[in-house]
Amino acid sequence: MTSSPGLHFKTYCMLLIMVVFAPLGNVLLGRGMKNVGSAVSWAPAKLPHILSLVLASGYIWLGVASLLTFFVAYMLILSWADFSYVQPASSIALLVVALLGYFYLGERISPLHWVGIVVICLGVFVVGNTPPRTTEAR
Amino acid sequence: MREAVLLFLVVVSGTGGEICVTRAMKRVGEVTDFRPLAVIRVILRAMELPWMWIGISMMALAFFSLLAVLSIENVSFVVPVTALNYAAGALGGKFFLGERVTPRRWAGVLIVCIGVTLVWLGKR
Repeated sequence: MTSSPGLHFKTYCMLLIMVVFAPLGNVLLGRGMKNVGSAVSWAPAKLPHILSLVLASGYIWLGVASLLTFFVAYMLILSWADFSYVQPASSIALLVVALLGYFYLGERISPLHWVGIVVICLGVFVVGNTPPRTTEAR
Repeated sequence: MREAVLLFLVVVSGTGGEICVTRAMKRVGEVTDFRPLAVIRVILRAMELPWMWIGISMMALAFFSLLAVLSIENVSFVVPVTALNYAAGALGGKFFLGERVTPRRWAGVLIVCIGVTLVWLGKR
């Protein structure tokens, strides 16, 4: 990867889209699936009925739309940056998910759980700032 | 137990799918034109590659596993645990895509794994 300012700007724009839409999508899916019911009781015979509940959920569709937006940005960025660079850099999304889960869905998060999330973000920070591309362009 | 199996599928199938998609997109080449028609053309070109379809199938499996596990567990637990993708991603990037993974990146992956362990323990 060349280190032109244009490419870096393009990369950061795509990362921003990924960091906003991936957590939003996951939280909406979580909200939708809580209405569908627990997978602990999913017998194979019940799967068509569960699928119909999933497909009828507005939250699930909104979540899927958010994740599709994320996925397009992700596909585009992967055409110039390394996979092992993009994936960790996008993981600040994890903290956003936890915050949305706590404030929007009202999930209970223990102190150890928060520490774990912060440690994960720290790991991501350590992984970040490595060169976006280590293989030769073809 | 069921949640562990589902999370395993989310991580392994999701990362495997992403690696396949990366392979396809690297073959498509760097995207320089962001007008909607050009983007659609890039997507259509990617769709012609088998790697893209293998990747999408694996990501679909990961997606339905994610839906299933989200019906059992909280989002704030499930999504941080799927950070194990970083470990799987570093391994996959190195062994399947020939990317060079620096010691710094490995250190980061190790810290992520410690964090995932804490999140798992913090749930109980």
